[in-house]
Amino acid sequence: MAILINEQTRIIVQGFTGRIGTFHAQEMIEYGSNVVGGVTPGKGGQTHLGLPVFNTVKEAVEQVGAEASIVFVPPAFAADSIMEAADAGIKYCVSITDGIPTQDMMTVKSFLRRFSLENRMMLTGPNCSGTISPGRAMLGIMPGHIYMPGTVGVVGRSGTLGYEAADQMRRLNIGISTSVGIGGDPIIGSSHRDVLEKLEQDPETKVALMIGEIGGPMEVEAGIFAKENMSKPLVAYIAGLTAPAGRRMGHAGAIISSAGESAAEKVARLKELGVTICPTPSLMGQTVAEVLAKL
Amino acid sequence: MDIHEYQAKEILAEYGVKIAEGGLAHTAEEAVQRSREIDGNVWVVKAQIHSGARGKAGGIKVCRTHEEIEVAAESLLGQRLVTHQSGPAGKLCSKLYIEAGTDIARELYLAFMIDRSHERVIMVGSAQGGMDIEALAATDPDAIKKIFIEPAVGLQDFQARKMAFALGLGEELLNHAVKTIKSCYRALRDLDANILEINPLVVTRSNELIALDAKMSFDENAMFRRHRISELRDNTQIDAREVAAGEAGLSYVGLDGDIGCMINGAGLAMATMDMIKLAGGEPANFLDVGGGASAERTEKAFRLVLADKGVKAMLVNIFAGINRCDWIAEGVVQAVRNIGMNVPLVVRLSGTNVEEGRRIIAESGLPIITAETLADAAEKVVQARNQVVAG
Repeated sequence: MAILINEQTRIIVQGFTGRIGTFHAQEMIEYGSNVVGGVTPGKGGQTHLGLPVFNTVKEAVEQVGAEASIVFVPPAFAADSIMEAADAGIKYCVSITDGIPTQDMMTVKSFLRRFSLENRMMLTGPNCSGTISPGRAMLGIMPGHIYMPGTVGVVGRSGTLGYEAADQMRRLNIGISTSVGIGGDPIIGSSHRDVLEKLEQDPETKVALMIGEIGGPMEVEAGIFAKENMSKPLVAYIAGLTAPAGRRMGHAGAIISSAGESAAEKVARLKELGVTICPTPSLMGQTVAEVLAKL
Repeated sequence: MDIHEYQAKEILAEYGVKIAEGGLAHTAEEAVQRSREIDGNVWVVKAQIHSGARGKAGGIKVCRTHEEIEVAAESLLGQRLVTHQSGPAGKLCSKLYIEAGTDIARELYLAFMIDRSHERVIMVGSAQGGMDIEALAATDPDAIKKIFIEPAVGLQDFQARKMAFALGLGEELLNHAVKTIKSCYRALRDLDANILEINPLVVTRSNELIALDAKMSFDENAMFRRHRISELRDNTQIDAREVAAGEAGLSYVGLDGDIGCMINGAGLAMATMDMIKLAGGEPANFLDVGGGASAERTEKAFRLVLADKGVKAMLVNIFAGINRCDWIAEGVVQAVRNIGMNVPLVVRLSGTNVEEGRRIIAESGLPIITAETLADAAEKVVQARNQVVAG
């Protein structure tokens, strides 16, 4: 089953005809994702990579039944593209774009809240690597070949650290049901908790791995959710044990802003909540293997 | 992106916030001249640096004569001020703001910021300003009023009134307080600021409401549409290495250890630094080369890491997604040849085109230590560092 996307999910690419959109659309198609077209305003009616180009997301939904979209639109226009997808009835949107102004994301989130829960588009990102259901579909920019199909659900802020986890697991012959990158920006579409909720409902997922960072209350909130609502074990790694307090470390979100948000404090809190902690980043695969062995 | 107090005050004044009369000076002579232009017999000389807590660090001096102003200005200009927010290197003071002394009756606190977990602007105020608001929040949370603002409708008058009453600004100051509060909110929203803090906002003995200090910080991601603000950038207030990194499209933070790092992705960078620490080493820096690192950018990253003369060994850890290992490998080989490295280098490549990347490193004939996994890489670099230290 996997969550969010599978081999049938009808995918469109927003910012389809640009250099980056084109490159990653090809990669996704090669991986087996069901890409059914793309959107570039003003280029509607053309064909790109053998697929139809639409002027609006609405047209793509009506004419080719688009259900999911991936946004490669430049930062100045990305928020608008995400809201257009939500308005057109897209169910799941991944925003890859890095550098969207925070106030634009505030507008996006406020716009999404206008929809009733059942009609509200799920958004992950921005500034993320996307989502992959290994062997089925890739809606992102990750190196697909390092992901093996399996039963571990993964959610993480960082793209490359997610690759590291997938690689460690593959070396131990452990596969992944779905891996979701939620992005490192201050305001993002979905939290760790939002993704864990989906993984809990997925019959294929047996264990969840959360890859977090310093800063913000999100990892602890996910831990509380897991304790109260999850039947499946949660494993976590929190990056940034050596990060000095108060310094920005590339991700705007990774700022130690208040007590309880350093890596050590988060680890302590998560342990109390019954989460299995990966003691080092090189033991993510090993820790998951041990938890799987106990099931 | 931070700006100076005088710049924030200029912006706020345009939005209708009342400030004390003042002017900018670059020399002691100019400082005296500014004070002569300002009425009264008390002036405040304020060091313009990107840091709070200037008062405790001696960066704010009250003067009663022009001679005192000259002495104060000479003692501050060209100095590096170390505050408890500036880091041990301190911040260079090359500008002063000379302000008319204010007859303070009460000190208040008012701030607006983007609260990322609530995804809204939060307005924070307290009738007990002037002191460390964080300490107050810890000891007496009820003394701090917090009001969330709906992005779609913006700050409403009733919310501004609620804050004004919480600040004890009822009666004759109410309208002025509402105007001040709304002006601040508009400045934050119009200009893509993340933070706007007035500490203290003061009530004078003549019953005026004045922003006595002002701090604004802006969203780097929005600078493409805020040209006027982006011109206020002051690179003398930022670590020179971080400035150079920013210009090369790299994200760099200097640290205290001696193992240089070049990694792609902030999360993987933090994890790699954790691994180095667990292996018994200390990272000299955080460096995220980002996606699509060209050979040129890789060389720039190497130069930046090695510019830190304390570096005794270097680790490159790349997990290529958008990046390609062969591009990185070419960049590494080119950098090592062009720079003439004299510290050991450990390279770990993984992901897209990894075989090709490893082949390029192997065939280069350079003394590069290669590693297969994250743990292997961290152990090897710490070992190499220890050998250098042992001589």
